[in-house]
Amino acid sequence: MALKLADYKTDVHNDWCPGCGDFGIVNAIQMALAEMGIERDKAAMFSGIGCSGKTSHYINTYGVHTLHGRVLTFAQGAKIANPDLTVVAVGGDGDGLGIGAGHFVAAGRRNVDMTYIIFDNGVYGLTKGQASPTLKLGEKTKSLPSPNTNSNVNPIGLAIASGFTFVARGYSYDVRHLKDLIVQAVNHKGLSFLDVLQPCPTYNDLNTRDWYAGTDLIDEAQKRHSRIYKLEDQGFEPVVHYDSEVEVNEKLSQALIKSLEWGNKIPTGVFYKNELISPYTQRLKDKIPNYLENPPARQNISKNGHPNTDISKILDSLEV
Amino acid sequence: MSSVDFTWLIGGPQGSGVESAANIFSKVCAEMGYQIFGKREFYSNIKGEHSYFTVRVADKKIHSNVNDVNLMASFDAETIFRHFNEVISGGGIIYDSNLDETKTDAVHTLDAPFKERLHKELELKNKPFTIAGVLEIAKENGVKLFPVSFKSILETLSEETENPRLKGLVRMYNVIAVALSLGLVKMPPGSLQKTIESIFSRKPEIAKINQQTATYSYNHATVKFENFNYTLPETKKEPGTLLVQGFQGTALGKMASGCRFQPYYPITPASDESVYLETNEILEITDDRPGSTAVIQTEDEISAMGMTIGGALTGTRSATCTSGPGFALMTEMLGWAGMNEVPIVITNYQRSGPSTGLPTRHGQDDLLFAVFAGHGDFPKIVYASGEIEESFYDTGNCFNYADVFQVPVIHMMDKFHASSVITCKRFDPQKISINRGKLLEKVDDGYRRFEFTDDGISPRSRLGMDNGIFWNTGDESDETGHITEDPILRVRMMDKRMSRLDLILKNIPDVEQAVSFGVEEYTIISWGSTMGPVLDAIDLLKKEGISIGLIQLKLMNPFPSDYVSSLLKDAKVIIDIEANYSGQLGKLFKQNVARDIDYFILKYSGRAMTCTEVYDSLKKIVQNKANKREVLMHGA
Repeated sequence: MALKLADYKTDVHNDWCPGCGDFGIVNAIQMALAEMGIERDKAAMFSGIGCSGKTSHYINTYGVHTLHGRVLTFAQGAKIANPDLTVVAVGGDGDGLGIGAGHFVAAGRRNVDMTYIIFDNGVYGLTKGQASPTLKLGEKTKSLPSPNTNSNVNPIGLAIASGFTFVARGYSYDVRHLKDLIVQAVNHKGLSFLDVLQPCPTYNDLNTRDWYAGTDLIDEAQKRHSRIYKLEDQGFEPVVHYDSEVEVNEKLSQALIKSLEWGNKIPTGVFYKNELISPYTQRLKDKIPNYLENPPARQNISKNGHPNTDISKILDSLEV
Repeated sequence: MSSVDFTWLIGGPQGSGVESAANIFSKVCAEMGYQIFGKREFYSNIKGEHSYFTVRVADKKIHSNVNDVNLMASFDAETIFRHFNEVISGGGIIYDSNLDETKTDAVHTLDAPFKERLHKELELKNKPFTIAGVLEIAKENGVKLFPVSFKSILETLSEETENPRLKGLVRMYNVIAVALSLGLVKMPPGSLQKTIESIFSRKPEIAKINQQTATYSYNHATVKFENFNYTLPETKKEPGTLLVQGFQGTALGKMASGCRFQPYYPITPASDESVYLETNEILEITDDRPGSTAVIQTEDEISAMGMTIGGALTGTRSATCTSGPGFALMTEMLGWAGMNEVPIVITNYQRSGPSTGLPTRHGQDDLLFAVFAGHGDFPKIVYASGEIEESFYDTGNCFNYADVFQVPVIHMMDKFHASSVITCKRFDPQKISINRGKLLEKVDDGYRRFEFTDDGISPRSRLGMDNGIFWNTGDESDETGHITEDPILRVRMMDKRMSRLDLILKNIPDVEQAVSFGVEEYTIISWGSTMGPVLDAIDLLKKEGISIGLIQLKLMNPFPSDYVSSLLKDAKVIIDIEANYSGQLGKLFKQNVARDIDYFILKYSGRAMTCTEVYDSLKKIVQNKANKREVLMHGA
């Protein structure tokens, strides 16, 4: 029986603020899962702490609501132990780029075949609106006593520098486009990263839905234009097609340059994609030939209540 | 036949082959049928600082080191400066005769506090601040000196074998020292050759040079050295004897117990275990295709712990291995594992704290930290192994406890374990049982991961299992695993989780909780690696007609209060022996058993206890001459 969108929803009461950008992301994830027809019990959603952390409770697959900043560690552990799982990790920008930035970088180096989605709204919502790592220097959102004294992290640039092999940005009010990006990210062979711009209607009074929509930008013809545009509409070609230094460097640097665009023109879509880098599971298979057929989670470890592991050769080598 | 109990010490700069020399010596003695207890001491340094290895050799089971050294083999000046006083009358020092005039000031790795103490002693005894000076003291102590020019041994050998490279090969000094020692004690030479061959089996050229050097040096000792009081003739070998390093107990235990996932972050003295697991990552499985352990080096201990939990959620037996500073980073996640009833094993090889402390030195500093680790109340097991042989079987138990009670288990080991080399009975994996508790093989409809049950333990699904969908959260949750802040549900959930502390005490057999070696008027409580020296010390006292009782604590949390209390009801004086400042077991004991400790024997110099110093302190206690708190100091 084909799975419908409704099958991926739980009946857990959603307590996000009215108008929260997070709704669009959850919907997009559920739509993507339905479109790909991923069995509910073969997918695991991992989430961090904060408003976005509740995501795993709203999706009717395995759901693991972890700790602040640590979602990638749990998710990678599960995926490595059971590579058959479809693993999606989600978290806020404070979660992933503040307290969890070390894990973010390390995950890039590993390239475990899974997806990481950051709900990027520039504030720590659940603790009442402090500045998050993506808020720009000097900006003052509603509940800050004084303007932000830190510069911002560039999530796309950091992902590219860290070795993520699929890097994209979505916008939570363009749910269809976001759904398409999630499908691409999940299907990507390697670690995929999605930075999702997500207005916090309660605490971020700068990067609002209207701001993204460009209501303040009026051109000469008295027409307003959205700040958000799609890279694919401009013929941007993010894919690394062959394994040469020139090709890789070109694709990396154009992605990095695009990642610096902000203000009146904000790119969304795929910045970078490289499937020529081996996923971590492949790296393990190179060491352990039957790793994929017989991964840790599938191994039988006992026989009649006792170990079936035969360590006699190792013991022989230690015997005097 | 007189019994053999012989201690050999070798020292040298780190990186000069002290460890391989000790391995050769230990292996040769073990091959000849002796029991071995060896211990490595080293600085937090890669090359140059002083390291040494003490190997005790006996023809009966031994559990520890002694203070007295019978033969010291040295090829540098620092070893002599630091250890000459440990060699007893009638013992010997093999040393490089070219070092006679070396001054203390010429050895730049001699640290100031040590040098000050040494100079004071030399001044007092009116000796020059040189090797010759300290060796005069040794001689006056009744120690025999065996000078030999390491340089000329290599020169002569180089000519004889027509191998000019050999002449300047100072890397051979360690093998020369070992072979001279074995020649001096008249150990049959065959085993030395065999051992070198097996150690260098992948490098036949190097094996050959080492063998030539060993033969030459061995013969030199038998011909040129005068008679020595100690000999090590071949003795009867117990069949099925292993020579193992401390970390191999838990590593092999993990392989046998079906641990298939071990993320870790490098830290002394814990990483050897993980590296060994990875070296042996592909496993033979009886009647099945090969299995494997995925050993993952992570970016920090937080990640190691997160991955371990993630792995465990897939139903994989998952563990990590760390030491105090790393465990400190893991504690937030420990609470998450407790909250979500995730079975994981954390092997904790303790070292001297606080903070970075003495990073390569011993300490049982983290017992209370492990017992109280994490914020909030959640159930966990803290389990401590005494000896290395025991740690193999205990590892199997730890995984069963984790699975059956669905709690994190912290398996306490330490640096003394990790860097000891010992002989013991061959491990028998079939003595390990595997019990996965309520881990499900299939799930029926309507599954709830945290369902209330009679015994407080819910059937466990695993990520990816058909129909087994569950949710986890670090928040308080309902039976499905979704967040709740309902006060009534909160209390029920807390009661459900915490009720397993009683269940644990009820279900783990007494002998796995605490081990009684007899209860007497004076009875010791102890734990972990300190058990070794305590057992040997008790043995020594027994020979003098003094019987002292001993209870080994293994289950540290939940604490087996009633059982321990009943065991100790006839003991009048309780002595707590452990390697930390505050007597942490004593505190735990007092808290749980509501009884005072009468005497503490403690050591926190970073060096493991010897049975000699434990014996001395116990004797003082029995003679009523001891302080309430005896602090041990032996060891350079």
